[in-house]
Amino acid sequence: MTDTSKRSSLIGRNLLAGAEPDVAGDAGHEGHPPRVGFFTDTSVCIGCKACEVACKEWNAVPEDGLDFTGMSFDNTQGLSASTWRHVAFIEQNKPLGRAEAGVDHGDVDVLALAARGSGTPVEEAAITPTSPASPSDGGRNGLRWLMSSDVCKHCTHAACLDVCPTGALFRTEFGTVVVQDDVCNGCGYCVPACPYGVIDVRPEDGGAHKCTLCYDRLGAGQEPACAKACPTDSIQFGPLDELRERAAARVEELHRVGVADARLYGHDPEDGVGGDGAFFLLLDEPEVYGLPPDPVVTTRDLPSMWRHAGAAALSLLGGVAAVFAARAGVSGRRTGRRR
Amino acid sequence: MSESDVTRDGIRGARPGRDAQVGKGMGDGRRRGRKGGKGRGGEQSVVPRAEFTSYYGRPVLNPPTWSSLDIAGYFFLGGLAGAGSVLAAGAELTGRPAMARALKVSSIAALAGSTAALVHDLGRPGRFANMLRVFKPTSPMSVGSWLLAAYGPMAGAAAASDLAGRLPRTGRAATVGAALLGPAVASYTAVLAADTAVPAWHDGYRELPFLFVGSAAMAAGGMALLTSPVAENAPARGVALLGTAVETAAVKAMERRLGVVAETYREGRAGKLMRAAEALSVAGALGGALLGRRGRPAAALGGAALLAASACTRFGVFHAGMRSAEDPKYTVLPQRERLEARRERPEDD
Ligand code: SF4
Ligand code: SF4
Repeated sequence: MTDTSKRSSLIGRNLLAGAEPDVAGDAGHEGHPPRVGFFTDTSVCIGCKACEVACKEWNAVPEDGLDFTGMSFDNTQGLSASTWRHVAFIEQNKPLGRAEAGVDHGDVDVLALAARGSGTPVEEAAITPTSPASPSDGGRNGLRWLMSSDVCKHCTHAACLDVCPTGALFRTEFGTVVVQDDVCNGCGYCVPACPYGVIDVRPEDGGAHKCTLCYDRLGAGQEPACAKACPTDSIQFGPLDELRERAAARVEELHRVGVADARLYGHDPEDGVGGDGAFFLLLDEPEVYGLPPDPVVTTRDLPSMWRHAGAAALSLLGGVAAVFAARAGVSGRRTGRRR
Repeated sequence: MSESDVTRDGIRGARPGRDAQVGKGMGDGRRRGRKGGKGRGGEQSVVPRAEFTSYYGRPVLNPPTWSSLDIAGYFFLGGLAGAGSVLAAGAELTGRPAMARALKVSSIAALAGSTAALVHDLGRPGRFANMLRVFKPTSPMSVGSWLLAAYGPMAGAAAASDLAGRLPRTGRAATVGAALLGPAVASYTAVLAADTAVPAWHDGYRELPFLFVGSAAMAAGGMALLTSPVAENAPARGVALLGTAVETAAVKAMERRLGVVAETYREGRAGKLMRAAEALSVAGALGGALLGRRGRPAAALGGAALLAASACTRFGVFHAGMRSAEDPKYTVLPQRERLEARRERPEDD
């Protein structure tokens, strides 16, 4: 805490780091709607990639290469200028909660189940996509399959926005972060600034692109395309406050039924980026999903960077002046002697 | 597909499906039907230090899209221009006209080169002018663009007045003005690099400005040795020695701070460049200092070595940054350590 008081007044006013309750208001939007975001509950993701497809379709995002990677079912690989939703697939030798491998389902009458229709009551739905497969020999406990749909986090303190020299990146009235394509000059500064590896420059048009949280749909009172398309409601859209409450309840519920691994990621307004507008419920450490475990907005340290650069600049000026002064002294003495 | 709808008035038709009971009904925590094998229930795996998990080894960050020639070249030329202006003013004020003129010309040429590199690196060079659309103190690139917009005309006027022999007073004022802005031009590029999530740059933000001004002084001292007569080059030798000392000390201090990330400065292409820079700078600075007063050839050789050393440093820093962004290890490990340290001392953050 002592550290905080030493930091600049900008941070004291929550503009560079720390919790910031009213991002849109601080960006100059008056009478703005509540801040919205995504809560991505990966425990119910089935890896169907409907979000990826819906995003591409709605936003007319161009093709991003067709590869076979061998990374489970993930041929998308990661977020980029032309990939704004990315479903990660992780295969692990770990049990999920109390889920158990090697259960004999021989006595289950699948035809009778089918006759009941597709809607298995929730409380009876036991087999989830993340169920382990049968055990291999040696008593290993089989496979669990984690899936998670990644997206721009719409950070409270967005490094991409802070460092953009043209003002192409801006904060919308919904508290989200959007690139204005007609302003961006393709300097690419936002790319290494993002602590999550989200935004990127598209080589074809030289501009930076990323998720807009469907700014156009929000304006028309619609939810973003990915959330709309998600068949399991793994992607939930809504006012951020509400999503945070819902997420807290969900993680508690999962702990209660024995999924001790469940944890929230990016939900905390006190974290290094002031909390994410798009946050997650994960079933393993963030880095397993390719997410940074403790991201920090780089501009938190910017006041200190400028101070160090100022000191270095003054040292250069002073050092060179001192060298000339010393030489002047030496040559002055020499010429004095010669005269 | 989803029947729920989020509208401005709230959620309509939310399904209970979003609360699916993952893993429910699948046993009570005690394992059945497993005869052999060691139990592994519930234990938290303790990850030893220096081991880390990643998503198929893919980078966490998106590495910079910048080309090394453009951006490392920009760092080098900006440093040469900025520190050169300081030396030019010193030379002019202490009656070393040949050195002053050479450095004024090299500064404006370096500035033109660095601006060309910057424009060339844009994805949309035609929109370069958008850099001056706003002034944003949170964006070192914006601050730098304005800085160059102020510094460029002064450096240009200083050189033009000297070469043409016209308007000596304006020329003198421009020379002094360029010398005052020059150090900022030489050091701001360190903030430009450090104000990113790239571990090798960001985590060295305290030392990087000193490394950059040291390298800039080295380049400008080298240029002065290369271009000025022996009778005038004494301060250039001093500046070269000073720059070399500051840069070397800054590199060492930064490597100590960086921990595991320091590897990116020691290994691979960056390692080769940093070692070449060290050898060239020591050879150039000492050679220039000891032999530079004897004759032009030795001074010129020393100066060229110093210029090459400064360029090697900038390319080395650039490649270390690229490597640290491309390998998830350098993102995940320091962050894990930070988290653990915080867990041990939860009261301060
Ligand atoms: S996740 Fe990256 S691209 Fe998205 S708002 Fe944050 S810094 Fe910007
Ligand atoms: S690439 Fe475009 S959006 Fe990104 S920082 Fe540069 S101008 Fe801003």
